[in-house]
Amino acid sequence: MIELVDVALLLLLSVTALAIVRQQNLFAAVMMAGIYSVLSAGLFVVMDAVDVAFTEAAVGAGISTVLMLGTLALVGHSEHKPKHRPILPLLVVALTGGVLVYGTLDMPPFGDPANPIHHHVAPHYLEESEHEIGVPNVVTSVLASYRGYDTMGETTVIFAAAVGVLLLLARGPGPRRVLVNGLWTTVAREEESPELEADEAPATEDDEPKEDDDG
Amino acid sequence: MIGLGLFNYWVVIFLMMVGFYTLIARGNLVKKIIGLNIFQTSVFILYITMGKIAGGTAPIFVQGEQEVVYSNPIPHVLILTAIVVGVATSALGLSLVVRINEAFGTIEEDEIEDTAL
Repeated sequence: MIELVDVALLLLLSVTALAIVRQQNLFAAVMMAGIYSVLSAGLFVVMDAVDVAFTEAAVGAGISTVLMLGTLALVGHSEHKPKHRPILPLLVVALTGGVLVYGTLDMPPFGDPANPIHHHVAPHYLEESEHEIGVPNVVTSVLASYRGYDTMGETTVIFAAAVGVLLLLARGPGPRRVLVNGLWTTVAREEESPELEADEAPATEDDEPKEDDDG
Repeated sequence: MIGLGLFNYWVVIFLMMVGFYTLIARGNLVKKIIGLNIFQTSVFILYITMGKIAGGTAPIFVQGEQEVVYSNPIPHVLILTAIVVGVATSALGLSLVVRINEAFGTIEEDEIEDTAL
């Protein structure tokens, strides 16, 4: 039964991924990316990773989608048709995929308790963490205690990203490239016509609430 | 579960390649970030798949029962970190896209290249 659910979810994920690539309307693509996240959250539940599943459902399907929609509101939601025939990318992708599949042939079968991954520190966490940490959820004990420094590093990364987003978006309108007598030139904001300024002004206002979603 | 063999890994590689293709073949910057997200999620699935034990349950202690098989918690912890970092990366990428759109008036890669000449 579990196998059936697993295979069905993986096939749905593949179909959704292909639909995202083929979709030219970015709004639809973002919505399907949300569906893709929820499907993967379902797969994580099947794989016993319940903590990962609810994080993926909240962060991947929720916050990510909101950020994407916020961006689409500013940049428009239609994608141009690619100009070149995608022969070279397809070749690169097929080659990489082939090499990766060749690599999996050496991997132990899925779900086997004898796999090497299950015989390093994992048994220690499963046997001792209830006495050592006293939290019934092993994932929580490892995240917050055994690998606490790792989690602190993660927080640092998020902080750096939040500062980066703030620095990028909180700045006023910068110089832009405009066509002057058939030549692309960089023009500072002050030199521009007033209606262009007015056109851009609400855009920077809208960026601010995006910040809150990130923390 | 064991009967599935390497099927999960192959689907993961397929998803990974779909994301990779979107990243290198599509010129739209938002589409590239969506492709990057597909790629990321496929890596998450790879890790979580490796942590699964056939007949196991989520690694939360069951009171009063002996001989419960728990799946491996370590990939779960690593991927929890990766999901949050992934969203931070996307947020940074998307704000760069907003900035690029402001400066060049487009988010299509080839049009940006024309503008830069």
